[in-house]
Amino acid sequence: MHIPDGYLGPATCGFFYAVMLPIWTAASRIVKKTLNLRQVPMLAIGAAFSFLIMMFNVPIPGGSTGHAVGGVLVAILLGPWAACIAITVALVVQALLFGDGGITAIGANCFNMAFVLPFAGYYVYKAISYRAPIDSNRRVFAAGIAGYIGINMAALLAGVEFGLQPLLHHTANGQALYCPYGLKVAIMAMAGEHILIFGWVEAVVTALVIKYLLKTSPELLKEGRR
Amino acid sequence: MKTTTKLWLGIVGLVVLSPLGLLLPEHFKAGDAWGEWGVDTFKELVGYVPRGLQKLSSLWSAPIPDYAFKGWEEKGLGSLSLAYIASAAIGIIVIVCLALLIGKFLSRKGQS
Repeated sequence: MHIPDGYLGPATCGFFYAVMLPIWTAASRIVKKTLNLRQVPMLAIGAAFSFLIMMFNVPIPGGSTGHAVGGVLVAILLGPWAACIAITVALVVQALLFGDGGITAIGANCFNMAFVLPFAGYYVYKAISYRAPIDSNRRVFAAGIAGYIGINMAALLAGVEFGLQPLLHHTANGQALYCPYGLKVAIMAMAGEHILIFGWVEAVVTALVIKYLLKTSPELLKEGRR
Repeated sequence: MKTTTKLWLGIVGLVVLSPLGLLLPEHFKAGDAWGEWGVDTFKELVGYVPRGLQKLSSLWSAPIPDYAFKGWEEKGLGSLSLAYIASAAIGIIVIVCLALLIGKFLSRKGQS
């Protein structure tokens, strides 16, 4: 889901940088108010975990690959704004050091994976686990569904961003200048493979870690309210 | 053992296991992720290379492209796995330093 350089035209890249700037500003302001000093190591662990889990490419035999993002888990533990910052750090390092995701697409990639994904997942988790006791299995279930929905929202958006390009930028004879696939193909591919496969990877990873933490350190899940 | 210590150990474990993310797609002959193809692939996919894409795609040359060291492309999966582990370790060191700095800067003082 890391959109590389060249797939999105300048208008789309600029648009998403412009959208992310106030989000990043709001995130710093809100996290400044809510993050405890003793939660700082968790922020670092969250960013590191998200970076690492994205390296675990899951194959569709004979087809393509994809991976979990781990962002919903970070959002459940630290809140969606802190998750936004943690995932942004991971995505920026991936783009700059490893060429995974383009530098012109950092705005768009962060919008999908560092904003929409943790926020969608966080509120789904809150809704399903509403008033559930801390040792309730409903929390594990909620975490799984939240992971599934969060990553699928991000994948759908990436599909829309890819798919808009041939409409926005093409030559006189109809050749695309950037991503050549239109909305139908791009959305089918991105949403389809995440609905069928990679969404479940995110769901299982999120649910398993939450299950483990509920058993070993439930205090983490009482703290991560914001 | 403190929870954060356990989680750090978990991170180290994931670093060691990370080559699975390289070897499994290789084993099952899975290609690139959708929308993350190299420029050369477009000739096969759509018959031409989109002009703007070609220009922008070489905009940034990452120091460790695709989690492999430059010049190691022809080496075997063993070397690539080592490079993958090294990349994971390097990435994590950079990310942890950045996140700790940002966290220290943003967190409420005197609340620990």
